[in-house]
Amino acid sequence: MTRRQNRMLLVALLVLGVFSAGYLGIKAFNENLLYFYTPTDVANGKAPVGKSFRVGGLVEKDSVKRQDMIVSFVVTDNNESVEVNFEGILPDLFREGQGIVATGSVLTNCVRWTCKTYFLATEVLAKHDENYMPPEVAAALKITAEEE
Amino acid sequence: MWKWIQRQSSPKIFYQTCTNLTPWFFWPFIGFLLVGLYWALIVSPADYQQGDGYRIIFVHVPSAILSMMVYAVMAIAGGIGLIWQIKMAEVVAKVSAPIGAAFTIIALVSGAVWGKPMWGAWWVWDARLTSELILLFLYLAYMSLNNAFDNPKTAAKASSILAIVGLVNLPVIHYSVKWWNTLHQGYSVGTGGLKDPDMQIALALMFVASIFLYALLVVIKAKTEVLIREQNSRWVKDEVSGAIL
Repeated sequence: MTRRQNRMLLVALLVLGVFSAGYLGIKAFNENLLYFYTPTDVANGKAPVGKSFRVGGLVEKDSVKRQDMIVSFVVTDNNESVEVNFEGILPDLFREGQGIVATGSVLTNCVRWTCKTYFLATEVLAKHDENYMPPEVAAALKITAEEE
Repeated sequence: MWKWIQRQSSPKIFYQTCTNLTPWFFWPFIGFLLVGLYWALIVSPADYQQGDGYRIIFVHVPSAILSMMVYAVMAIAGGIGLIWQIKMAEVVAKVSAPIGAAFTIIALVSGAVWGKPMWGAWWVWDARLTSELILLFLYLAYMSLNNAFDNPKTAAKASSILAIVGLVNLPVIHYSVKWWNTLHQGYSVGTGGLKDPDMQIALALMFVASIFLYALLVVIKAKTEVLIREQNSRWVKDEVSGAIL
């Protein structure tokens, strides 16, 4: 084997080693790399209990209610849903049907014998989707969706 | 073609090639940039939700793609330098690092400026943003390591190994929005995310302009680097004294 082939082999081994290490590392830390949990994760008990975490999904249609400074709305992934309460300033893109990510924790509030579980958010961020279009296209798409 | 590539390993011929290529990169860059900016700022319509704020995409996306492309070029050129010991490949790798770092900073800063009004936060530690920040640190580490040695050969060897190790970050950045839940949106390019043809044209023009900008900066910086490395040779002395006189 010539010296050049030797070096080529070493570089190939380096690339191979680094990529396998990277693959294993990503496998190991997969859970920690999730930025938010979906409402389905929360319903299945995958989200941390008694600790702050993030929940992400779409704001359900006609679910936004305002009482004094507190906004409450339902976040859904079209499978499970979570009721979120939040006191503070919402981002510009917050609206019904829009994706959001809320940071906070699950609380249970009991009044007499009825208990209600909800997610108390300390921060709400809007999650923009990958679609960019002029208003006319958005309107046309909406009409097509309604016809279907 | 192969003969031509082989001849480029001579510093003098490589220097001459860089000089010849400069106008071929400069004028297309200016042309694509001007038409691209016109298309991005005037021809393209506003977005239905974000209004004019979305136009930052025309700088953000090309810079982000280039930040990764330049890194790949840097690592491959470094690898060629390691295996075939071609000095001019080392030069290309070395001069690419600060350019790639600049593209990374532009991508991070333009993203933050967009994120504050749209998301409600300048910065979040999601997988996409974090891996792009790691890319910036890789560039900075490469540059520091390359400058830490007096002997350019040792410097190229050590920093090229670092560049190749860092390659693992590129698929992580690219697939981060697919593998994990991130606040950063998914792919807009190549998936029909840009619904308006003018938006697509503007983005394509700005992307091509960015590629020409990178190529232009490489040939300019590579010439300086070759002059420094070959400062004791006859032709460099002739070249420089000619420039002074």
